[in-house]
Amino acid sequence: MNEKQKYIMLDLGGTPLTPWCRFKRVVKRTFRIELFIGLWVTIREMFKTLFMGKSHTTKYPFEKMPIPPRYRAIHDMLRLLESGHYRCIGCGLCEKICISNCIAMETRYDENQRKEVSEYTINFGRCIFCGYCAEVCPELAIVHGARYETASEQRASFSLFEDMLTPIDRLKEQEEFAGYGAPTPWADKNIKKTPLAY
Amino acid sequence: MNPNEVKIKIDGVECVAKEGEYILNIARANGIFIPAICYISRCSPTLACRICLVEADGKRVYACNAKAKDGMDVTTSSEEILEERRAIMGVYDINHPLQCGVCDQSGECELQNYTLELGVDSQNYTIADCKRESTNFSSVLHYDPGLCIVCERCVTICKDMVGDNALSTGPRNGAELDKELKESMPKDAYAMWNKLQKSLIVPSDESGQTNCSDCGECLSVCPVGALVSRDFVYTSNAWELKRVPATCSHCSSGCQIFYETKPTSISDRSDKIYRVTNEWNYVSLCGAGRFGYDFENSGATKDEKQFTKAIKAFKEAKAIRFNSTITNEEAAMLQSLKKELGVKLINPEAKAFQSFLKDFENYRGESLYSGNYKEMMSESNFIISVGSALRHDNPNVRYTFNNIQKLNKGAGLYFHPVGDTLIESLGKNVTPIYHTPGLEEYALYLVLDLFASKDELPKETKNYLESFHKKATKTVQETIMEDVTETVVDEETGESKEVTKKKPKVVEKEVEYVANELASLLGAPEGFGDIFEKMVAKADNFSMVVGEDFYAHPRAENLAKLLAFIEQYTAIKIALIPPKTNSLGVALICDLDEKADGYTIGYNEAGDFRLSALGDGDLDMPALNQQEGTFTNMHKRVVPTNAALSYNGYELNDIMSALGLGEQLSIDWTSKLPTRKGFEALSFDALPNGFTNAGEELRGYMLKQKATKAKAFEVEKPDESYKLEGEIAYRCNPQRQFNDFTNRAHQIFEPFALYVSEAKAQTLGKKVKVEIDDVSLELPVEIDAKMSGDVVKVPDFLSSKEIYPLFNAGRFKQVKISEV
Ligand code: SF4
Ligand code: SF4
Ligand code: SF4
Ligand code: SF4
Ligand code: SF4
Ligand code: FES
Repeated sequence: MNEKQKYIMLDLGGTPLTPWCRFKRVVKRTFRIELFIGLWVTIREMFKTLFMGKSHTTKYPFEKMPIPPRYRAIHDMLRLLESGHYRCIGCGLCEKICISNCIAMETRYDENQRKEVSEYTINFGRCIFCGYCAEVCPELAIVHGARYETASEQRASFSLFEDMLTPIDRLKEQEEFAGYGAPTPWADKNIKKTPLAY
Repeated sequence: MNPNEVKIKIDGVECVAKEGEYILNIARANGIFIPAICYISRCSPTLACRICLVEADGKRVYACNAKAKDGMDVTTSSEEILEERRAIMGVYDINHPLQCGVCDQSGECELQNYTLELGVDSQNYTIADCKRESTNFSSVLHYDPGLCIVCERCVTICKDMVGDNALSTGPRNGAELDKELKESMPKDAYAMWNKLQKSLIVPSDESGQTNCSDCGECLSVCPVGALVSRDFVYTSNAWELKRVPATCSHCSSGCQIFYETKPTSISDRSDKIYRVTNEWNYVSLCGAGRFGYDFENSGATKDEKQFTKAIKAFKEAKAIRFNSTITNEEAAMLQSLKKELGVKLINPEAKAFQSFLKDFENYRGESLYSGNYKEMMSESNFIISVGSALRHDNPNVRYTFNNIQKLNKGAGLYFHPVGDTLIESLGKNVTPIYHTPGLEEYALYLVLDLFASKDELPKETKNYLESFHKKATKTVQETIMEDVTETVVDEETGESKEVTKKKPKVVEKEVEYVANELASLLGAPEGFGDIFEKMVAKADNFSMVVGEDFYAHPRAENLAKLLAFIEQYTAIKIALIPPKTNSLGVALICDLDEKADGYTIGYNEAGDFRLSALGDGDLDMPALNQQEGTFTNMHKRVVPTNAALSYNGYELNDIMSALGLGEQLSIDWTSKLPTRKGFEALSFDALPNGFTNAGEELRGYMLKQKATKAKAFEVEKPDESYKLEGEIAYRCNPQRQFNDFTNRAHQIFEPFALYVSEAKAQTLGKKVKVEIDDVSLELPVEIDAKMSGDVVKVPDFLSSKEIYPLFNAGRFKQVKISEV
């Protein structure tokens, strides 16, 4: 043996040699106290579910769990509550920060001298749902939504701006995002105010 | 150490520099950072930003305009200086809209950078904002005054480099500063703010439009997003763009540019050029370079059928007709075709230049020409332009002419038959001499007369020149003091007595002087002798630029002799302006033929089989933004260019390979350019393409110039029989148009038309018929507001119009114009 390797040999007891010895080891390992505890829990829960109507199982897809705010599923594009205009200003920071380089956008100078986001897309075949885009967005425009059911005939089904944008008729239901990138409750304290004395 | 070198210490670092150099430039050359916003190298300091404040020998000075003195000790920052700089940046941030998120400059914005660099993290000042609305200054310029920090860089570059002087500062009508601030604020910040509150940028023209050359230099120097191209506004963030260092392919200046590319759209992921940028401290572009970038041959594929036909055509061809918008490598391939297959190479414009250059070289006894445009710009203080419509032919020679007036306090003589009010406005020491076409030889004789020391000249020339000096008299007005005797009555005594007093009186007097009939023959302005005296008074470094009018001139050889003569007997350094992008390269690499008959291949030109980078030929070729290779520019430099966009068709090298003459890649020809002509055997990948902080150009390499045996010659007297009178047309493109490729670009709008002065337009209708020899053209009439006189300009940028042959390679022609 190579001197330098310094293997440490474990004492694992003897290897059972005869079939009888092997059988004995199996029985010993199987019938431990944990087996009966497990069986008891199962029977108890079964009893509760069947006779007392107390179940731990969600009846998906008829029933869905609430998604916590920090969960990162398919993105939502939010709108301004007052005007209904989309929040995104086309700054391109999400496009820049995206670690999988899957955001692409087109912007232009529109008739009202504003920057219009004429096209916006996320390639969900590459998105790793890291949340960087939501975190960097200065307008809280792109956020992670709760749409985790991403099975679809086509990936493109939810990758365009319109797909992610809050439908205008459901603007009232748009909720403020509290996950990655949302301002902290104490954000005001960290801001130095600009004097506006005039 | 050189006598006019100085040694100074900046932050303890020893720096050696030329005497009179600004501290800022010395620091930059030595890698020492001094913040500076308003200064542009090669332009005059304006002291608009004051952020370059440093301490020199204990005194506060502005690094951009304080000249180095030997032994100077400079400190670039101290607590006090930093305080001042922070206050300045703070002031710039007041009322600056918080719209970095959409601003085009974000990411490369100097306001962002310096605000961060100087650690401005809170705002101490405030003032009421005023309404500032976006406008378009021209068909390409978009100005958002809300973002403007009034650094005046745009004004400076337009005046000192470009020469249009189309921008100036105008009133902002902002709120008045609180007087108390004067005491409480750092003083430079206060002074800057005070000025800032009063000014914005406006076009110099009252119309609110710049009516300028549309070069876009002002856009490129703008440190913030205030001046942006109308086409580029809000289309891309700077960081999304890939910068491809290249060389502009439109004129012989061969400016370094960066093509900035990004995918066309979400659905089309092929690259598109979004804009062209430049290192504006060292390179100044014109409108063609900046806006004429989308001339690619898109959608070309490897069409095997056409390719086979092309090979057949090449085997059959007797001649190849091409122009000079090709790379050196392609020129070398064509030359190799000539050698191996015996085809003739036809390129009339390069041929004319080649013979002129050859004559000039022979007579002066050195290859190429002595003048160097870069040195001219930095050192010369007297420039003479002959044979070129400077505003159109080569923008960078015009910038040189202008920069000499503005920065070197120089003077300029402009000989040309076509009146140009822009050239006249470049400086008060610019004198235009608008002569009749055909008298170019006289112009050179006048130069000899003005600059050569008469005693050294051969006797014959001396006598000839003296024959023009005529004694003449002129009436001048003079004020003399005259004795006037008056009778005055003494009031007390009542006595009258005579008193003599001196009183000034204006008298007319005849004086004798030597009139120079050469000058009057050329139509020089009244009193040219005195004007010239004033122009030349402070000049000690003379240069001359020679343009295309000379190359196919009927007296071209004598003109070349006269130029060699001028170089021999005066201190003037002469530089030629190659007529097209790579005319110099083609002239050096190819043996061109005069004429050819038989089956002709046209490369971007007419022919029986046409190779075309415009996509309209029999076989597609890559355009110059889709090719790697080199150009030989007017700076006598071999400069590399790179492909910005992909190309999927065949190249010239593929044809060469099929004929058994090719290299593996087009750029393998780079190291095979003829060394006996001054090229070096360097491979393409070994060629750098950049500038150092000191502004030194590290692009490709300079051609080697060689001394040859000078041919003995005698200059001939001018031949007046080529003088053209009557209705005259000049072959000349509008600014920003150079060739089919510039015309293809969507931001170059100048149409193919007859360009005339405003006065001339009054006599013509909207559309005219121009008859040149027995060909007649119908052209719309366009006014060139900066033209004067009666000559009209016929452009030749569309090769399909075949204008070039109509002028027999020359540039002036008698024509008949009638209204349609
Ligand atoms: S979640 Fe991450 S990977 Fe997905 S789009 Fe956003 S930044 Fe890109
Ligand atoms: S970071 Fe936000 S505002 Fe900026 S482009 Fe992305 S979604 Fe729009
Ligand atoms: S437009 Fe730009 S370059 Fe001109 S003064 Fe304003 S900030 Fe400076
Ligand atoms: S485009 Fe050129 S000429 Fe016109 S204002 Fe700008 S710098 Fe001056
Ligand atoms: S056309 Fe000439 S002057 Fe203009 S950018 Fe190109 S090389 Fe420079
Ligand atoms: S750079 Fe010196 S004052 Fe602006």
